[in-house]
Amino acid sequence: MTIATRPPRHSFRFRGRNFLALVLRPEKPLPDWLADLDQWLERSPGFFTGKPLILDLAGLDFSRSEIVEVLAELGQRAIRILGIEGADAAVLDDSLPPLLTGGRTSGSVEAVDAIARKPPPARAAPKPAKAAPPPKSAASAAPAKAAAAGKAAEPGEAAAPAKPADPAASANDDEPAKAAEKGESADLPAAAPPVTQVPSLLIEAPVRSGQTIINPDGDVIILGAVASGAEVIAAGSIHVYGALRGRALAGAYGNESARIFCRRFEAELVAIGGYYKVTEETETGLRQKPVQAWLSGNDLKMASLDQAENEREIATWRKS
Amino acid sequence: MAEVIVVTSGKGGVGKTTSTAALGAALAQTGQSVVVVDFDVGLRNLDLVMGAERRVVYDLINVANGEVRLQQALIRDKRIETLYLLAASQTRDKDALSEDGVRRCIGELQGKFDWVICDSPAGIERGATLAMRYADLAVVVTNPEVSSVRDSDRIIGLLDSKTMKAAKGERMEKLLLLTRYDKVRAGRGDMLNIDDVLEILSIPLLGIIPESEEVLRASNIGAPVTIANPQSAAARAYADAARRLNGESVPMTVPSNRQTLLNRLFGRRAA
Repeated sequence: MTIATRPPRHSFRFRGRNFLALVLRPEKPLPDWLADLDQWLERSPGFFTGKPLILDLAGLDFSRSEIVEVLAELGQRAIRILGIEGADAAVLDDSLPPLLTGGRTSGSVEAVDAIARKPPPARAAPKPAKAAPPPKSAASAAPAKAAAAGKAAEPGEAAAPAKPADPAASANDDEPAKAAEKGESADLPAAAPPVTQVPSLLIEAPVRSGQTIINPDGDVIILGAVASGAEVIAAGSIHVYGALRGRALAGAYGNESARIFCRRFEAELVAIGGYYKVTEETETGLRQKPVQAWLSGNDLKMASLDQAENEREIATWRKS
Repeated sequence: MAEVIVVTSGKGGVGKTTSTAALGAALAQTGQSVVVVDFDVGLRNLDLVMGAERRVVYDLINVANGEVRLQQALIRDKRIETLYLLAASQTRDKDALSEDGVRRCIGELQGKFDWVICDSPAGIERGATLAMRYADLAVVVTNPEVSSVRDSDRIIGLLDSKTMKAAKGERMEKLLLLTRYDKVRAGRGDMLNIDDVLEILSIPLLGIIPESEEVLRASNIGAPVTIANPQSAAARAYADAARRLNGESVPMTVPSNRQTLLNRLFGRRAA
């Protein structure tokens, strides 16, 4: 007979994970808020799928029964709440999601808010499923961007590296996007013109390390340099008329025709429509040169601006 | 009304305290009244560099919290009559400082002195933001190496957003003080050169302080380098920087200990 004893465990290992949680803040009167939410969900079905959601009740005088009601209403819309913030601990019992504290606001969440606050788009605006928040932390940036581009509902798939891009993921994403577009065009009079007016953001000072510039609507134009450790995020293209040493994420909400232009390329990371490259993956020949980056299919391409000009010249010369 | 200067950097160990003491002493040597204020609550050092550690009774926290009068906490330098120190508390931490208390304290100092120089703690947290909050001018101390330059860049961003001046929509003036610069190593490419740093940070240059053993020796004997050895290269560079703060136009050179003919001929001009 053998008597086996388990070796004593001296320590228990935990692993940390960072997720960007979306914060929902209900407003009274509740029925109106739910109606707004329904309207938003109609435009963006599946937006909340697979995303961690927090209910923010700070400063709102919600009784226990009201909290239960909110949760039930959200549950009917397939929105499940991970935790509650800012509520009175005494009100929450075991049957309710746990009270969370110590959350920090992230700039990217604001960007999502900006989109959410927009009036219903009367145009082929950001494809709803693509409206994923831009990444905030360095470590998670790339995979999260992949999620944005992959617009995949499944987190596992979304976490796949963006480059080389997963064709299955891109095939997937097109479907909800197209569906949404169709739905929209059915609602709209045929005469609705495609959007031409997109506000661009002009920054006339250098972007310092640690600063984030976000334009969730259009282009970002920066007259100074973008320092190492700074981040520029745009729904459209990014133009930097100085050295680009930080990160530039163009087409952050899925615009794959966005481009990045800079006068001196020393970037930590460039991304377009969720496809990204870090410094190590870029050609060393491009460093410190004027460079543009664009998306060709699933491939993020980069070329010296001068070289692009050369190629164009050669192409026109061949044609003639 | 005094000019309030914050000496800041983001990164630690680049020479904020040394520079505060040296600039303060150099300005006081011109006959103006100067107070150097240690904002590094909990890790105070300025009293050591000023050689006043045995005379600290009350500190910044006591004054900011209204527990003692400013006059009781100010320590007059034994070598220069117009130079004063307001020490930090070693036993408290940065949370003991209130924004209101700092405002009152700085306001009171402004009425008494020509220059108020605040020695900021490292980092970008509460202590550092409180030190810069009421400043008119920032001296950003940077070493010619990438981590220091990036941290300085971060601090410049904060100076443009977290100071009272920025909140009022005014322009916060920032000057770069490049410390521990070694001409030979920069020439070899072991160190960033002056143009690189200026290009990245894009703020005006206040001075270039050469790497010098005199600085270490001075802080060990408890005297600002501008008092301990006024003829040393570092002391002359600090004195030049102080004259620039005074509004004088001084050509930008890197003073050197070995004043050979070649060095004089090729004295580096920057910016």
